[in-house]
Amino acid sequence: MSAGPARAGPARPAVPGRNPLRIGPVSGVWHPRTAAVCAALLLVSAVLMCLGATRGDFPLPLTDVLRVLGGGGEELDRVVVLELRLPRAAAGALVGFALGMAGAITQAVARNPLASPDLLGISAGAGAGAVTLIVLGGAAGPLALLGVPAAALVGALGAALLVYLLAWRDGIDGLRLALIGLAIAGLGTSLTTYLLLRANLTEATQATVWLTGSLNGRAWDSVLPLAVVVLAVLAAAPVFGPRLAALQLGYDTARSLGRRVQLGMALLVAAAVVLAAGATAAAGPVAFVALAAPQIALRLLGRAAPPPVTAGLTGAALVLAADLLARTALPVELPVGIVTAALGAPYLIHLLVAANRRSNA
Amino acid sequence: MIQPSSRLQADRLTLSYGGTEIVGGLSFEVPPGMITAVVGSNGCGKSTLLRGLARLLRPSAGAVLLDGKAIDRMPTREVARHLGLLPQAPSAPEGLTVGDLVARGRQPHQSWLRQWSPEDEDVVAQALCWTDMLDSADRRLEDLSGGQRQRAWISMALAQGTDLLLLDEPTTYLDLAHAVDVLDLVERLRDDHGRTVVMVLHDLNLAARYADVLVAMKDGRILAQGHPGDILTSELLFEVFGLSARLIEDPVSGRPLVVPLGGSRAARRPAPA
Repeated sequence: MSAGPARAGPARPAVPGRNPLRIGPVSGVWHPRTAAVCAALLLVSAVLMCLGATRGDFPLPLTDVLRVLGGGGEELDRVVVLELRLPRAAAGALVGFALGMAGAITQAVARNPLASPDLLGISAGAGAGAVTLIVLGGAAGPLALLGVPAAALVGALGAALLVYLLAWRDGIDGLRLALIGLAIAGLGTSLTTYLLLRANLTEATQATVWLTGSLNGRAWDSVLPLAVVVLAVLAAAPVFGPRLAALQLGYDTARSLGRRVQLGMALLVAAAVVLAAGATAAAGPVAFVALAAPQIALRLLGRAAPPPVTAGLTGAALVLAADLLARTALPVELPVGIVTAALGAPYLIHLLVAANRRSNA
Repeated sequence: MIQPSSRLQADRLTLSYGGTEIVGGLSFEVPPGMITAVVGSNGCGKSTLLRGLARLLRPSAGAVLLDGKAIDRMPTREVARHLGLLPQAPSAPEGLTVGDLVARGRQPHQSWLRQWSPEDEDVVAQALCWTDMLDSADRRLEDLSGGQRQRAWISMALAQGTDLLLLDEPTTYLDLAHAVDVLDLVERLRDDHGRTVVMVLHDLNLAARYADVLVAMKDGRILAQGHPGDILTSELLFEVFGLSARLIEDPVSGRPLVVPLGGSRAARRPAPA
């Protein structure tokens, strides 16, 4: 018997909706709408980055920003744009991209549109790590040398690892992972609250700002590590993309398609954790982006489970827009996390209501 | 002509869930080129047997042999190139199109770089033609009728390009017209495309109508196996299902047709058919 249905007769009709894209041995499918949406999101993000670069203590007209980006401009403008404003914009874009992508992966693995990397304990772990350093590290101790982002990273990865190990029972199951994650997140939050109660005023203020999620004062040195993480995960996309597609059909189907379910789960959870932990280390826990970006991307694309890259681009545009709003809406500058939380909370309620209506229908 | 040998066998297979033995020391050869229907009452182990044959469950004793090799020692991908499975009540993310679902059946044959080769496209288009779903390829699964949706899932298993297909209750939740539609498709797969099918079926009459070989299970063991016309008796029905029924000849297929006696007479032994 042949390896597949026999190839006989005249040219077979193409499969509607699956446009081939083939170069040599490389083959794939491209969706015109996905390509258009991604291009539009890139454009919106670029515009938002430029607009963001005009704002600050030293306002610059857009033309000057564009001149600097084109390689010209005056010396002072160059310093302001390239050393102060652009790192912040890049940090915003990367944080949004990483959170959106992590959210899309988590929602696909948990097979639940309300899932986010927070369910893996990332934000709570990062918060506990960062606040531990701020409160117990003091101004100069050996802990202080570690730096808040590194402490947040350690906290986030530690919490995620703990969740994964505790949820392991002959393998990982999406629901069990989420429940253990909630418990660990609760533990991390309690630890953070306890430390805040012990802290003095300066430490408590610093900790609270960090816990809100802010892009304020981000320089290139906090952008680069996150850029490396995002590029590494993107490079691994051919490895985890098909696994994600198989796991979306359920564990039994994934296995019958020749996928090792536990290996796939581990790879995908690791990708989501690294992305979310990297983003949180760079900007603090920016609320709701990981939850909302995949769902917005889904509606933009009008197809199942948005590709993580589209969700990432949506997240980038979302964070950049929120950061611009945070800096322009009020006379005082707000942390970006306040805006995403203010926008995200009603959205979460909308999702819950919609899900509830569907299950009652 | 050489009699084709069975490619998939259970050899003294024992399957357990969390220490509870569901299937006990069962031996069975899947007859090649035929439709085998496994029947039995709820909890008799028929779905468990299918999951064991599909390598979704590791045997606690004995083995499942694919071409003579123990299946649980073969790589998952290798098994997926020989054995297609349609799980019971499979679920897909909202918004997934038929084409995208069926294309995922190519996964065992794909690589990092090769995600949609001309061969993939040919095989997927062919699978969609066989199930008469090509025109619906860009429709969303949730917009289809139950029967169409099931045909889409079967297309996915077909796109795997395996000679062996295992279907776990492919007609559950379908009304009779759609169930017949799906089973007619299974028949075509056997006749026109040489597929070997093992399916778990709830509906005895549909099983008797479509199966070449009927396997009746109870308490994790096979009580009878053979052509429906040879093995279906009212005694067997009472033993397997606790069902009092009369058997008559199906005027269309000539196969046995089960007519339950039901009601207050259910407790009595039926008169011989």
